[in-house]
Amino acid sequence: MRWPALTRPGRAVLVLTIAVFVALALAPLFAPWITGERYILGLLARVMIFAIAAVSLDLILGYGGLVSFGHAAFVGLGAYAVGILSAHGITDVTVVLPVTLAVCALFAVGTGAVAVRTRGVYFIMITLAFGQMAYYTATSLAQYGGDDGLRLDHRSTLFGTPIATDPLAFYYVVFGALLFFYLLTRVIVSSRFGRVLRAARQNPVRVETLGFNVGQVRLTAYVIAGMIAGVSGFLLANHILFVSPAYMSWQRSGELIVMVVLGGMGTLHGAVIGSLAFLLIEEFLSTITEHWKVIFGPMLILVVLFARGGLLGLLGGRHG
Amino acid sequence: MAEPLLRLDDLHKNFGGLAVTDGVTLDVRPGEVHAIIGPNGAGKTTLLNEISGLVPVDRGSIVFDGNDITRLSAHARARLGIARTFQITSIVPGFSVQENAMLAVQAQLASTFDFVRSQGFDRDMVAAADDVLEQVGLAVRARTPAGLLSHGEKRALELAVAIALKPKLVLLDEPAAGTGRGETERLVEMLRALKDRFTIVLVEHDMDAVFALADRISVLVYGRVIACGTPGEIRNDPAVKIAYLGEEEAA
Amino acid sequence: MSTTLFVVQLLNGLQLGVLLFLIAAGLTLVFGVMDFINLGHGVQYMLGAYLAVTFYALTGNFAYTLLLALPSALALGLLVEVLIFRHLYDRDHLDQVLATFGIILFVNEGVKIVWGAAPLNVPIPALFSGSIEIMPGLLYPVWRLAIIGSGLAVAVLLWAIVSHTRIGMRIRAGAVNAPMVGALGVDVKTLFTCVFGFGAMLAGFAGIMVAPILSVEPGMGDSVLILAFVVIVIGGIGSIRGAFVGALIVGLVDTLGRSFATDIFRLFLTASAARQVGPAFASMLIYLLMAVILFVRPAGLFPAKGR
Repeated sequence: MRWPALTRPGRAVLVLTIAVFVALALAPLFAPWITGERYILGLLARVMIFAIAAVSLDLILGYGGLVSFGHAAFVGLGAYAVGILSAHGITDVTVVLPVTLAVCALFAVGTGAVAVRTRGVYFIMITLAFGQMAYYTATSLAQYGGDDGLRLDHRSTLFGTPIATDPLAFYYVVFGALLFFYLLTRVIVSSRFGRVLRAARQNPVRVETLGFNVGQVRLTAYVIAGMIAGVSGFLLANHILFVSPAYMSWQRSGELIVMVVLGGMGTLHGAVIGSLAFLLIEEFLSTITEHWKVIFGPMLILVVLFARGGLLGLLGGRHG
Repeated sequence: MAEPLLRLDDLHKNFGGLAVTDGVTLDVRPGEVHAIIGPNGAGKTTLLNEISGLVPVDRGSIVFDGNDITRLSAHARARLGIARTFQITSIVPGFSVQENAMLAVQAQLASTFDFVRSQGFDRDMVAAADDVLEQVGLAVRARTPAGLLSHGEKRALELAVAIALKPKLVLLDEPAAGTGRGETERLVEMLRALKDRFTIVLVEHDMDAVFALADRISVLVYGRVIACGTPGEIRNDPAVKIAYLGEEEAA
Repeated sequence: MSTTLFVVQLLNGLQLGVLLFLIAAGLTLVFGVMDFINLGHGVQYMLGAYLAVTFYALTGNFAYTLLLALPSALALGLLVEVLIFRHLYDRDHLDQVLATFGIILFVNEGVKIVWGAAPLNVPIPALFSGSIEIMPGLLYPVWRLAIIGSGLAVAVLLWAIVSHTRIGMRIRAGAVNAPMVGALGVDVKTLFTCVFGFGAMLAGFAGIMVAPILSVEPGMGDSVLILAFVVIVIGGIGSIRGAFVGALIVGLVDTLGRSFATDIFRLFLTASAARQVGPAFASMLIYLLMAVILFVRPAGLFPAKGR
């Protein structure tokens, strides 16, 4: 795929991204030599699941300029779709996955139609509000665990048998999903639609007076991002076999923003690298102290103050 | 006589207690260059905003090409064939010059929800974009980030973008503002070449440019049109001279 | 639904509203004047409460506690302003959100280290303990009335400062157009620090006042922060009057909503369904309210910068 001049990443960044994907693909081969194999695979699977959500957030945040502080709601909705259907004995992937996508699309259209009419801090607040609404709805669902959450018996099934029960198989399912959604989002931002979205981030009035319905474009991007994040939730529920309102908390939405910005927003690979960095740092620091947030907080502040463009910015990657 | 391309009928707009547009009635004939002049604060830019749809009017109607567009959104009006430039140059600074033009070409093609066609392979669009850049003399700067252009080059890019839309009506908001003598002359030449292709509404302070280009001139003072006529008529109109009070000598 | 219960909840709502005003006032000023989104305002409130715990443990006297905790809270706030916030005023909102998010992480964890994770408390000062009969058959805690009273007093004081003093005038001007104020020769840096200081003190004061009636624990500022943001969005950014009106609306709607939602739903749903839907709806109520208000008035009710 040819990249027009300004969205072509620097060479170092391109190499790093390919290296990350290759490393993720090959990690299971090296896992036995590090520490507990299951643990590493589980951790990396979680990284990749959140990377999918982060990539979807980068679409609307990095490329669209829409700072959504409620994106975790979609992850939660996806997870709860799996959980609630499972509680009623429906686990077939061919039913659960479309329901996940439909629920997220509906929520995105409903909330996005209102949110997209606002700009700046009001957009942040209203997406936060909608995220909170989803959170409180989940906590009130007493028959589905409420605050305590809901346990799943087994993974989603295909023709009656749970898919990918083997950790290795599940790992590659998630990897495949990440690769797929990364490429899909890459195609979208490089397309004509993507061009309008990116232009609207920088100069919405100009784009509007050219004849583009900016609100509609933004809403479309918002719905796409919501659906992709929903799939992330679907995978999360399948991974942990547990569903909880905490998946939708505003702190989780904040963490997603951190992942996107930490890696370098508006690049897509930044979202992947940011998720990797965030979760690995979290794991590493929590082995040092249970109070790892006391270290992570200042780290985040330092990154904001001194590392504009995130980790990729430090490497000299340009983004458009 | 031909039906006017644009007809403004008794437009009114209040901001707080101030009547910025106070009963503007105006028509623009197809193919003409219609200049709107007036002292600062007369409401000229607001009028352009009302025509292009960025500011809704309180009362009155706007009819364009036979359609009542008074309540139509800005993007719908653009689709109907109204293009505009802005007083403070409005381009997409992070895009290259070429990509700015391509965005306009894409708008003309009315292609928004195309998720597949990748930028790199849009050969026809690239050709159309390059052609329009050629017309304003920016072809050499195609790869430059638009934010790094000089003031005059940005103005040229805005013009290219307007042309690329293949509009019926072009609204130009002080295209000569901030340009020096030489650049103004080049601009006038460029606009003269465009005269035959588009109907133009030109808001401008530079009287040399106005008198060189305009077929008709409307004079806006305190939100009202106090005179409308050919450059010769306006030059000799006593009301216009009083309104300007020596601000600009109608040479 | 008895009148007594209604009046009690009305007062509780008023109390919550007054508390939210103390926190939202600082938030809206900082946002209006410096265009700075401060997610860290919630932990400022929390620090006030924790400092109250410590100073009470040291002095055993609430008056001294107040006199010591308030300046300490202010000092901590100013420290963070000088070290971190000052460098973020000209950055975009996203950067500010992230940096102040980092502050929340740091402080929420930090208080666990210093004070431990268990909920703490401060006894109600003897003079204000107990309840008084404000209506026949209605006893209401004195301390809660004290909170309402002191909050309203602060509101009046703030109004007086903002509308009748020179610094207040500068703050109001700054909320409308800060660069212009700077261009007119006012020392903007000092102004910003003053604004921030006001806000920090108000939030700290709120924290000190709730220490006797709420459990002081890590994360207690988070939910309050979100409510405060809803308040300033509803009230209009940069406007103290908006913060006051918004805070009362949010406090009353949230409290009354939580008390009576289930009962209202029972009017047209089964009892068990009402018990399910009621609390969930009550939690969502102010967010729905905010969404509706933003839909009709995208800049809030009394935006400083005008409509």
